Amino acid sequence: MVQTVLGQRNDKPGDPGYEESLARFEARIARGDKVEPGDWMPDAYRQQLIRLIHVHANSEICGALPEGTWICHAPSLKRKMALVAKVQDEVGHGQLLYRAAETLGKSREEMIDELISGKAKYSNVFHYPAESWADVCVIAWLIDAAAIVNQKMMAEGSYGPYARALKRICYEEAFHLTHGYDMCISMATGTKLQRDMLQNAINRWWEPIMMFHGPSDKESKHTEQLMKWRIKLKTNDQQRQEFLQKYLPKLFNLGLTVPAEWNLKLDPQTKEWTYAEPDWEKFIGVVRGGGPVSAQRLETRRLSHEQGRWIREALTAAARGQRAPMPAA
Amino acid sequence: MSDLFNLKNLPTDLKPAVVDLLYRLADDSILIGHRNSEWTGIGPILEEDIAFSSMAQDKMGHAAAYYTLLHELGEQDPDTLAFMRDAHDFRCCQFVALGNIAPDAPAESPDNCNNPTRDRLMAHGDWAISFVRQFLFVQADVVRNSALESSRYDPLASLCRKIRGELRYHTMHAESTLRHLAHGTDDSRDRIKKSFVYLWPYALGLFEATAHDQALADACICPTQADLQREWRARIDPMLADAGLTIDESVQPKFGGRTGKHEQALVDALADMQKVYRLEPTATW
Ligand SMILES: [Fe+2]
Ligand SMILES: [Fe+2]
Repeated sequence: MVQTVLGQRNDKPGDPGYEESLARFEARIARGDKVEPGDWMPDAYRQQLIRLIHVHANSEICGALPEGTWICHAPSLKRKMALVAKVQDEVGHGQLLYRAAETLGKSREEMIDELISGKAKYSNVFHYPAESWADVCVIAWLIDAAAIVNQKMMAEGSYGPYARALKRICYEEAFHLTHGYDMCISMATGTKLQRDMLQNAINRWWEPIMMFHGPSDKESKHTEQLMKWRIKLKTNDQQRQEFLQKYLPKLFNLGLTVPAEWNLKLDPQTKEWTYAEPDWEKFIGVVRGGGPVSAQRLETRRLSHEQGRWIREALTAAARGQRAPMPAA
Repeated sequence: MSDLFNLKNLPTDLKPAVVDLLYRLADDSILIGHRNSEWTGIGPILEEDIAFSSMAQDKMGHAAAYYTLLHELGEQDPDTLAFMRDAHDFRCCQFVALGNIAPDAPAESPDNCNNPTRDRLMAHGDWAISFVRQFLFVQADVVRNSALESSRYDPLASLCRKIRGELRYHTMHAESTLRHLAHGTDDSRDRIKKSFVYLWPYALGLFEATAHDQALADACICPTQADLQREWRARIDPMLADAGLTIDESVQPKFGGRTGKHEQALVDALADMQKVYRLEPTATW
C-alpha cells in the first residue's frame, strides 16, 4: 500500500496529535465539509472507504456479467441497444469507482487481483445466474432500483471523490431504472409466456433482493462508525424499507406478486412494510463465494483479466515510447 | 447533380438496387454491432470494453436507421427484418459475421454461466481479431459513408450525414489503438499481424460487387465497389505500413455474402440473436 511510502500520517489512535486531528476532522464532517484525497483523515476512515468503494466497484463489473450474457439474445433492436448501453454504463461505473478508490492509495490492479482471488467481495445479487430474458428485466428494474436507494444516500457522503462519482452514477442509473421498468411493463402486459417468465424471475430474485441492502441493523457491525463519519447516512433496514415502500406498490400494480413466505404486510400505523427476516447466515455464505454461480463469476473475471494482459503490456510499452523495431515491410 | 431522388420519385427500375444497397448497409451494421457487443462486460480491459460497447451501440443504431429506410420502401418493419430473416436472406459480407475467436480454437469451453458463445469467447476469444476487424471495418465504413453523404437517394444521404460525427470517434479509436498495439510489444505486434493475415481475404469481401453495382453508380446513388475499395486502400495502406503489416496482393477475396452465401459463423450469430424474439414473434418485448 502507498501509505508506508508516504511516511507517518499520525492517523491511528495513540499516534502523536491523533486526538486533536480527529476532533478537527469530526468537526469538519459535522459542518458538512467534503474530505479530499490530500486531507488528513483517520486511518480507520480511509480503510472503511477503500473497503466500501472497492466492493462497490467490484459489484459494478460483476454486475455486468448476468445482464451482459443476454445482450446477444436481446429480442428487439431497441432492447439490444439499451442493454449494451446499460452494461457499458456499469463497466464505466466500475472504472470510475476504481479511480475513486485509487485516490485513497490502492491501485486498480491490486483491487482486481483481490476480486479474482476471492479476497474482496461484491454484491450478493451478482452471485446468482440470469436464467431467462425476464431476469434481465427484473435486474434492470428492481436491482437497479435497490442500488439507487443506496447510491443516492452514499452520494451525500463525506468523501469528495466518492460522492462526486456517485452523483454521475446516479444520473445514469435513472436511465437504467426507466429501461428496466419499461421492459417489465412490456412483459407484464404481454403474452402469457411473457407474464409467466417475469413472475418466475421475480420469485427467483426476491430473496437476493431482500438481502441486497445487507444485514439487519441488529447484525451490522460497521453501521454506527460509518454513520458518524457520514460515510453512510441510512441504516441497511432504512434503505430496505425505502425500497419496499417505493417499489412494492408498482410491482403489485403490474399484477405481479411476491412469494408468500416473505409475509410482506403494510403496517397501517407506521405505514412501513413488515417482512420475514432474511436468512443472514445464508447471505454471508453467498457473499463469501458460496452463491450459486460465485465460482463462475470469478472465473469469468479472471479469464477476462488474463485476456487483457497482452494489451495492458502493449499499452504500457507504447506509453513509455518504447518502440519495438519495426520489421522491414 | 440532377434532381435528388426520394421515396416518391425513385424510379421503379432503380428501387431493387437501392433496396439491395440498404440491406447490405443494414446487415453489415447489425452484424458488426452484434459481434462487437459480445465483448460487452467481459472486454479484456475496462477502457476497451467501454469503447467496443459504445461503437457496437452506434452500429446497432445505424442498422435500425437503414432498416427503417427499407421499411419506408415497402420492406417489413425493422425488428422483423433483423430477427425473422434467415442467414441466406442476409446481405452482409462474411467478414462482419466472423466470430471473435481464431478459427483453430478448441471447440469445447468450460461452462461459466454466461452463454455458450460467451463462455467460448472467455476461454478462447481473441481480441486481436476483433480489434483488427474493427479497424479494417471502420475505415471502409467511413469511406462508404462519406461517399453516400452525397448520394442521389436523398433519405440515405441525409442519414449518412447524421452518422458522420459518430464515425469520427470510431476511426480515431481504431487508428490510435492500432498505433499503440503495433508499437507495443513483440507479442502485441505478432497478434496483430496474425489476425491481419487471417482477416484480410474476408475484409476484401466488404467490396464484393453485386449485380446492381453499375446501375447504382450510373444513377449517382453509390460509387462502384471498385472505387470504394480503391479509396479504402488509399486510406489504410499508410497506416498498415506504419504498423508493419504487409498486404499480400495475391489473396483471393472471400465473396458470397452479398448474394446470401454465408459461412456457419452467420448462422451461429443469428441463432443467438434471434433466440428470444422467436419464442413469441408477435409479442412486444
Ligand atoms: Fe451501476
Ligand atoms: Fe445500473
